Amino acid sequence: MSQQYPALLVIVPLLSALVISAAGWINKRLCFPIAVAALGAAAYSCIGLLLRVLEEGAIVYRFGGWDPPMGIAYYVDHLNGLVLVVVSVVAFLNLIASKKSIELELPDKTAPFYALYVLQVTGLLGIVATGDAFNLYVLLEITALSGYAMLAMGKDRAQLSTLNYLYMGTIGACFYLLGVGYLYIVTGSLNMVDIANILPPLYESKAVLGAFIICLVGVWIKMAFFPLHAWLPNAYTHGPSAASSLIAPLVTKVMIYVMIRLILTVFTPEFAFNVLAVSKPIVWLAVAAIFMGAILALAERNLKKMLTYIIVAEVGYMVGGAWLGNRAGMTGAILHIVNDALMTLCVFLVVGNIAYKLKGYAFDDLKGLVRKMPFTMGALVIGGLSIIGVPPTCGFFSKWYLISGAIQAGQYAFMVALLFSSLVNVVLFFRVIEICYYEPFSNAHGHDHHPEPMAEAPLTMLVPLFIVAVGLILVGLYTGDIVNNVIEFAIPKSIV
Amino acid sequence: METVISIKPLLAVLVSLLITPILVSSRAPNVREAWTFVAAVAKFLIVLSMLPTVLKGTEIVYTVAEFLPGAAIKFRVDALGMLFALVSSSLWIITSAYSIGYMRGLKEHSQTRYFCYFAFALSATIGVAFSANLLTMYLFYEMLSLATYPLVTHHQDHEARSSGRKYLLYIVGTSIGLALPAMLISYNLAGTLEFGRQGFLAGTASKPLIGLLLFMFLFGFAKAAIMPFHSWLPAAMVAPTPVSALLHAVAVVKVGVFSVVRVLTGVFGTDLLFSLDFGPVILFVASATILVGSFIALSQDGLKRLLAYSTIAQLSYIVLGVGLLSPKGITGGMVHIAMHAFGKITLFFCAGAIFVATGKKNISEMVGIGRRMPVTMAAFFIASLSIIGMPPCGGFVSKWYLVLGSLEAHQMPILFVLLFSSLLNAAYFMPIVYRAFFCRPEEAMFENTVQEAPPFCVVPLVITAVISVILLFYPQPFFRLASMMVQHITGT
Repeated sequence: MSQQYPALLVIVPLLSALVISAAGWINKRLCFPIAVAALGAAAYSCIGLLLRVLEEGAIVYRFGGWDPPMGIAYYVDHLNGLVLVVVSVVAFLNLIASKKSIELELPDKTAPFYALYVLQVTGLLGIVATGDAFNLYVLLEITALSGYAMLAMGKDRAQLSTLNYLYMGTIGACFYLLGVGYLYIVTGSLNMVDIANILPPLYESKAVLGAFIICLVGVWIKMAFFPLHAWLPNAYTHGPSAASSLIAPLVTKVMIYVMIRLILTVFTPEFAFNVLAVSKPIVWLAVAAIFMGAILALAERNLKKMLTYIIVAEVGYMVGGAWLGNRAGMTGAILHIVNDALMTLCVFLVVGNIAYKLKGYAFDDLKGLVRKMPFTMGALVIGGLSIIGVPPTCGFFSKWYLISGAIQAGQYAFMVALLFSSLVNVVLFFRVIEICYYEPFSNAHGHDHHPEPMAEAPLTMLVPLFIVAVGLILVGLYTGDIVNNVIEFAIPKSIV
Repeated sequence: METVISIKPLLAVLVSLLITPILVSSRAPNVREAWTFVAAVAKFLIVLSMLPTVLKGTEIVYTVAEFLPGAAIKFRVDALGMLFALVSSSLWIITSAYSIGYMRGLKEHSQTRYFCYFAFALSATIGVAFSANLLTMYLFYEMLSLATYPLVTHHQDHEARSSGRKYLLYIVGTSIGLALPAMLISYNLAGTLEFGRQGFLAGTASKPLIGLLLFMFLFGFAKAAIMPFHSWLPAAMVAPTPVSALLHAVAVVKVGVFSVVRVLTGVFGTDLLFSLDFGPVILFVASATILVGSFIALSQDGLKRLLAYSTIAQLSYIVLGVGLLSPKGITGGMVHIAMHAFGKITLFFCAGAIFVATGKKNISEMVGIGRRMPVTMAAFFIASLSIIGMPPCGGFVSKWYLVLGSLEAHQMPILFVLLFSSLLNAAYFMPIVYRAFFCRPEEAMFENTVQEAPPFCVVPLVITAVISVILLFYPQPFFRLASMMVQHITGT
């Protein structure tokens, strides 16, 4: 059984997506339990897989027993073992938290939504687990298409902004495919490990250079790396809560993973950092991403949209960290994949709860919210502290590694950008907290004569949120273990 | 130095945190306040139970989690931490009693929230006192900033909001903008953050870089209210008076100077500062803050604002003491943490008691108040003597040592600063006391009948005033702890 985990984590959700579609015809209420079971099984397999990797080292799984480079192999090591766990757990928690809001926002589309949801998770898990560059493209498209469909189910301008996302996403995927095509022409292989073995003599080749740059740009479009970010804020803001809180934490982070995988495995760090020598300009781009994300977030008067710009800044954190070219920076980038997924999930679940009770999340709607939804607000505070980077929440520790990396690499601009973004985040979150606490002002000197009754979101939404919020602190406290036992082995020895 | 491993420091930090769920859920105010007292007494007893071990010269260590070598969440109880923890945990008990009198006397809203965040803030304070390295200290420092924000903005009106913004901007802005990068740069230089006997930066960096780090640390802990990062403190006086009393005379600002003292002794080390000749820089910054703060205090009419500026000046005495880099000076600075705490908290208690009993906030409205509130004003007089540094009060001891320290370090200008500042202190405190008691009958603004604030307000301020006097005759254990720390630092 445990031998089959790499296959199960993709096949179970994939088949379940079909079953959910079918079950939707019979009885809509069957869909949710099937989805929970499927994602529960996937999460179980992912955790089991990570534990196995920790014990035995990297695992290669050959689909149908075909050997690479002919067949497709799934290749799970410390790096993607960790990301798999994050993706599956986030997807599972969000599914449970979102049930009520799906029923409220999309009453007649629950069955297709659950099917798409599970399909999206299939794609994400597949992207992370696969060891085949072309297979990755296929799964990328599965993820993207199911994502477009889910986001377009939102209200108002959702369709338009999703169309925009679709154009950009398709261009990104095409770039990636083109890059893989170049690689295939040069090496004759699609298997990542295989490519890495064939490439070294070809490092000087213009085709390899082209392949790398084209792949990288494709991935950047997909992760909304500044200045290719314009599609993200609107698409994520207008989508249904359940879709935003799945896609916002995971898709950008998985794309960061793909970038790191390209650097570490496919092209090797030697090529990426030494032969190409483009680290400096890319880190400068990351600095620009962080500054622009922070400044654009400041201009927003809408909680959800503000959070989307924070994602743009956070993408800058991780791209910059990965391209610092040293161990601390890479550790920070990988750790931040984990932390940022949890942080983003936390704040987007909060938005989901607010949308469920208030039907709006512009700043003007939030006045006096702390009396109505004290627990949701508590989670927003913890999520906010983590995004600001206050210890002992996990956001602090990844920032620690990123700044350390910046200092070691002598990239002080990146350090300044990270600190600037922290300070802006303080302003962003305390502005929201102020509104929730103080407004509307009562006439009497602080004495609230008409306290609004508490109207919290249902328990099914609160409990997952609570788990995530506590998780932010626990992951922070166990940073040492995560770094020493997992991330340390995920980064090749050649990076110091 | 011998060490023992014990979970007590962690317990001392957590005990006030653990009661917050009880505080939130208890409906009856009396039950809630009873739990506050239980936690306060328990915290004090836990701290006290570690005192004999520390006095024997043994350090108590406990590691919670280590995420990098040399950068762990770790507690270490040494003499300096013990001194600070004793002061803050003992004053929490007294302040809790005072809070009850004040908050109920004024029928304040949201009292549950108030007591919760108060407990939270005390956890963070003890955490700073007992932290073994910069990372842990930074963690609790930030926790304190966040826990005190709801207390500063307690009144929830426009003024509270703008003060809260200023508070966060100064405190969190400097800690993220200056202290955090300084900490990371230090870690990358030295590979550790553990406070050392003579610091850990010696021999790792050039003089300009050390100077830059000194600048970043000195101003990064803006809770120490060193000018020009001081103006949050008068703004934060919008908070209810017990908050001002404990947090702005004891916990918050003292956490700031404590952090600065820790960094100067445990990160840089006095030898390094001496050999690079950074002592005068620190002395200059501290002296400027002392004199300017005292001058501004002269011009204040709001009693709490006057006390705030007086605090700004007094805090820099502590920094000044360490900046002298001489054993007696450092001892004086450290003892001043305790002496100033008992004096200043009494003054704030008096300001609050006057507000509860008469509703007056300005000094110009307090003419003749001594006839109405003799006990309160007598305590005010004693406490102001302590701040000025005159016998029969504890403040005399620390000032005496600061004077000795400046002689020892051959810093004559500092002697002048100390004496001139004492004159200024007298100049802004004594008229208040004088006009409270000795005014012409037609000037008096109050009837000639004694009417004090509720006993919950008066008893605590009498206790702290009496302790201020006792501290002159019996400055142990604070004095002993400070000299132990100095011996540890200088290795004599």
